[in-house]
Amino acid sequence: MSIVLLAALVLGGIGLVFGSTLAFAGKKFAVEIDPRLSEILKVLPGTNCGACGYPGCEGLAQAIIEGKAKSTGCVAGGEKVAKEVAKVLGLEEEITITKNIAFLNCQGGKEIAVNRFIYKGIKTCRASHLTQGGEKGCPNGCIGYGDCVMVCPFSAIYMGEDGLPKIDSTKCTGCGLCVKECPRGILTLLPINIPLLLGCKTILPGPDARQVCSRACIGCGICTRVCPKGAITMQGRLPMINYEICDGCGICVEKCPTKALILLKTK
Amino acid sequence: MVILGKLFTLFLFASLVDNIVFMRFLALCSYVGMTSQYDASIGMGIAVTFVTVMASVVTFFIYYYILQPLNLIFLKIIAFILVIAALVQLVEMVIRKTSPYLYRAMGIYLPLITTNCAILGVTFINIDMAYNLLEVIIYSLGVSVGYTIALLLLAAIRERLAFSDIPDFWKGYPLVFITSGLLALVFLGFQGMAH
Repeated sequence: MSIVLLAALVLGGIGLVFGSTLAFAGKKFAVEIDPRLSEILKVLPGTNCGACGYPGCEGLAQAIIEGKAKSTGCVAGGEKVAKEVAKVLGLEEEITITKNIAFLNCQGGKEIAVNRFIYKGIKTCRASHLTQGGEKGCPNGCIGYGDCVMVCPFSAIYMGEDGLPKIDSTKCTGCGLCVKECPRGILTLLPINIPLLLGCKTILPGPDARQVCSRACIGCGICTRVCPKGAITMQGRLPMINYEICDGCGICVEKCPTKALILLKTK
Repeated sequence: MVILGKLFTLFLFASLVDNIVFMRFLALCSYVGMTSQYDASIGMGIAVTFVTVMASVVTFFIYYYILQPLNLIFLKIIAFILVIAALVQLVEMVIRKTSPYLYRAMGIYLPLITTNCAILGVTFINIDMAYNLLEVIIYSLGVSVGYTIALLLLAAIRERLAFSDIPDFWKGYPLVFITSGLLALVFLGFQGMAH
C-alpha cells in the first residue's frame, strides 16, 4: 500500500477521533447565549472602536442586555444604530441624538504656519512630536503626517492639499480614536451642528504665536467684546465658545484680526 | 527512591534550569500578551499546563503506537498540531462553561494556545530525549510550571511598573522586553544546577 494512502488514512483517523470527541464535548459544554446578544451584535457597527467604554462591540451588547448600558450606548453608531438596538430590545421610546464628530482646532497648513527645522525622521506625528517637540513652530500646530488618518476605522479623515487633515462629517461617527491618537491634542469632539469653531489651540503668548502662524489666536479678546450675545469668554488666553448661546451670526469671525475663528455655517 | 530523585531533578530541570521562556525563548507571544493582569496570567498558566500535559501524553501514544510502527514519523508535526488544536478547543469549551470571567480575560490568547510554540516544542523534546511515559508527564508538567512562573513573575512586575515613573520612550513594550531580558539573566543563574 502506498505510503501516501496510509498517511492520509492515519491522519484522517486521528482527525475523526478528535472531531467526534469535540462534537460530543460541544454538546455537553454548550453555553446558553441570549438570542438578543447576536441580534444586537449584528446591528452594532462591529468595528470594536471602544468609544463606548466597553471592550469591543460584544462587551457593549452584553452590557445593554444586562441593563448596564443604554440602547444609545454606541457612540459610533449614533441615532440609526440606537433605534435599531431599541427595536431589538422592544423599546418604544423616541430617540434623538445630536451626533458628535471630530473637529480640527488648527489652521496652520503649509503656507500659513512656519517650520522650525527640517524633519527627516519617521513620518508619523508622534515621532516628530518626540523629536525636539516637532518641526512645526507652534507647539500645538498640526504636524500633518496623518496619524489620525491611520487610526480612523471609518476612513472619515483624509489629508488635504494644505497638509491638514480633513474630516468627512458624513463618515465620522465620533468614536474619538483620532482625538486620543493626536499627540498635539488639537482634535476635539463637538456636536455636528455647531456654527462656530475655534481654529487654534496654541499655548504660545500672542506675539510669539503670530510669528510662527498667521492664523494663530493672539488672545486679544476682541471676539469676546464684539459678540452681541456674550457667547464667547476668555479662558486663559484662548476664547471659549458657549454653544448654547452662540447662534452663528459671524460678527466675531469678521472682527478677528488673525482669522483664528472659523464660521462653519451661517444661521 | 532513585527514580523519584531522578524525576524530581527532571522537574527542576524543566521548570527552572531549562525554563521554556527564558532559556529556550519559546511562547514569547503569549508571555508578553497575557501578563498585563496578574489574575489572567494565572488562568493562562493553568490552561497551558492542562493542554501541555494532555498533549504530551496523547502525542506520546500517537507517536509510539501509531506513527512509529507504521513508519509515518514524518507526519509528526501535522499530527501533533492536530492534537494540540483539538485539546485547545476542548479547554476553550470548558473554560467558557465554567468561568466566563476567565474566558473574557483571556480573549484571543485562548485560541492562540493552539499556536503556542512551547507546547509543540515540549512534544518534540519529549521524543528527541526518548522519555518514557512517566518522564513525559513530569517533564511537560515541569515546563508548564516554569512557563507559569515566568508569566507570574512578569505580571507581578508589570502591575507595579504601571504605577512607576518611567521615561516616556520606555513605556509599554520596550520596558517589558528589557525586564524579560533581565529575568532571563537571573534564570541563567540556575544553569549551574544542571549536572
